[in-house]
Amino acid sequence: MNNAEQIKETIARIFPDVETVICYQQGFDGLHATPYFISIPEQVNKLIWNPLCAQNLTSYLPSIKKKVGIVVKGCDSRTIIQYLQEGLIDRAKVVIIGVPCTGVISVKKVLREIGHQPVVDVVFDDNGNIVVKTQKGEKRLAIADVCPDKCTTCQYPTPLVYDHLIGEPIASNKPKEDVYKDIREFDAKTLEEKRAYWEKEFERCIRCYACRNACPMCICQDSCIAETREPHWISQRLSLQEKFMFHMIHAAHLAGRCVECGECERVCPMDIPVAKLKKKINAEMKELFNYETGVNPDDKPPMYTFNVDEAKIKEHKL
Amino acid sequence: MSDTGYLPKEKIKDFLKELAKDAVVYAPCLEGDIVLFRPFSEERTLCLDRPANTPPKSVIYPQSETLFAFQYKKAPEDHQKMSVELKADIGVPNMVIFGARPCDAKGFRIYDRVFIETNTPDPYYRKRRENTLIVTLSCAAPSPGCFCVAVGGGPAHKEGSDVMMTELEGGYVIEPVTEKGRAILGKHVIEDGKPYLKDAQHVQAKAHDEVRNPFAPDELPKISQSLFNFDGFWEQVVGKCVSCGACTYLCPTCYCFNITDEQGIGSGERVRSWDACMFFHFTLEASGHNPRPTKFQRFKNRVGHKFIYYPEKYEGVIACCGCGRCIRYCPVNVDISEIVNYLKDTHQELHWASSRKEGTQPTVGSTKDE
Repeated sequence: MNNAEQIKETIARIFPDVETVICYQQGFDGLHATPYFISIPEQVNKLIWNPLCAQNLTSYLPSIKKKVGIVVKGCDSRTIIQYLQEGLIDRAKVVIIGVPCTGVISVKKVLREIGHQPVVDVVFDDNGNIVVKTQKGEKRLAIADVCPDKCTTCQYPTPLVYDHLIGEPIASNKPKEDVYKDIREFDAKTLEEKRAYWEKEFERCIRCYACRNACPMCICQDSCIAETREPHWISQRLSLQEKFMFHMIHAAHLAGRCVECGECERVCPMDIPVAKLKKKINAEMKELFNYETGVNPDDKPPMYTFNVDEAKIKEHKL
Repeated sequence: MSDTGYLPKEKIKDFLKELAKDAVVYAPCLEGDIVLFRPFSEERTLCLDRPANTPPKSVIYPQSETLFAFQYKKAPEDHQKMSVELKADIGVPNMVIFGARPCDAKGFRIYDRVFIETNTPDPYYRKRRENTLIVTLSCAAPSPGCFCVAVGGGPAHKEGSDVMMTELEGGYVIEPVTEKGRAILGKHVIEDGKPYLKDAQHVQAKAHDEVRNPFAPDELPKISQSLFNFDGFWEQVVGKCVSCGACTYLCPTCYCFNITDEQGIGSGERVRSWDACMFFHFTLEASGHNPRPTKFQRFKNRVGHKFIYYPEKYEGVIACCGCGRCIRYCPVNVDISEIVNYLKDTHQELHWASSRKEGTQPTVGSTKDE
């Protein structure tokens, strides 16, 4: 029995206990999966499970009032742990169906490979490839070549928290020291180079706030300083300065909280590598506090606590 | 002079340079992996093989613009007295939008009715619109998610354009649509296009047949009021929406705006900026009351505005041009054509009611609205 069938069976089993289950169904074309909220068991037949199910569904959890079931991958499970650390969800009201994951697909990368053609058909073969058919022909792509960057250094392919596990757990074969390799490389640039890089990227920002709204850890929501008039920190002008300010605040608010799910970057319609900023801050958090987000429900995010003396911050000796 | 022109592909840059002599030319250019309308220059890479990620709407209707600047001044003789000085400047150069798609151009017609064809025309929009020549490229094939033919448009629909270009193997057939557009035929790189006109019409007809019509067999979708006003429907179809503004900001027909005074000490500017009905602050009143506090109500407004309110006000014209951008770039794949299709059916309330359970749909991305 494949994973999709096992997930369906598990959902059918947990149903009397939950009011709704969050999973995936086919989106507008073969290349897109879309969130699917099942509220009666019969709806389960439309469920899909394949590497296109990339979205982090856990973002929906804090706002659902009733007991809910949810399908999560390893990376998604880190959000749940972070929610538990911050008291944003009640564990007793969530039934977690964990699915070990060998890597998802970045639709943006596939579209680049197929020249942004409309998709006629999509199939997966048994050798880890996605085969995309368009009017102009067929393209076979290794999933490993079109996965989001986060998958290339994934440390937690198996969910860290779950009530039901589909299939067998998978161990990561990616070196831990590579997780922040891209950040170290970027850090080697000069300040001027970094500034020029971000100015070029943020110039494209249209302030649609998809990055913010898709972020599971962005919890200010309607009170976000990007829009409030009181305090009036950011104007409605479309200047680079305003865009910079918003993105920096977004990143700073996620210090030691970002679970690196990459949703901000996945959803950006302007292709801005916004996750890089947050990852940089997480690298610092690891360095300063030896803290990794979303791996242990009993941890406290470093910015949620205060110690007069921090082992790695020598402020009194400055 | 023939009524039809022809632009050989190898002369396209010369043509743009010629246009740029007395106008700022905005053309779809490749930036990284996306296509954006940019003032064209030699260093940029023109990209005409797919519609731009963003429509060219900001050229004529900028995302933010200063309506006027103001400065408070104290009277020298009496510091209790204040006067305010206003300065407005609607200086707009001649502009050309090159390579818009028919849906993008049709979008400007949606704005014209609101901003120009009214008792109180908007001088800022009107000035930009009048100063802009729109050279549209007809679509040879549909893009993912698009459905122009279902909302009164088409891959070579001419409404809103000044010139329609159609791509053939070696060049572009150029058909003027307006008097303003006719001047293009006089540019020196433009050859006689009469021999190619039949081929161009063939390309246009073929493309028309290829575009999907999600509302078929209806000519234009008619929405069932009873289902439209049933909250349970919206809660279910919009549950997954994260309430961001990607759909509205990428839409060639969305025109809602906000006006804010961006003030420093003693001076400032009154700024008009795009608003999005997906945001909580949309129509939030000064009293604190919000007539649309949940994302379901706000999403309903987006569909209602395009498919009910605007048509009621403007002779049945649907304020959706079917470009498909809101579907293609939606973070969670909300599909407006699917939603409108549901709304066409008058007997579905029971279906939606039977599968409805209170409190099981996420309200917004995270913890708000409660």
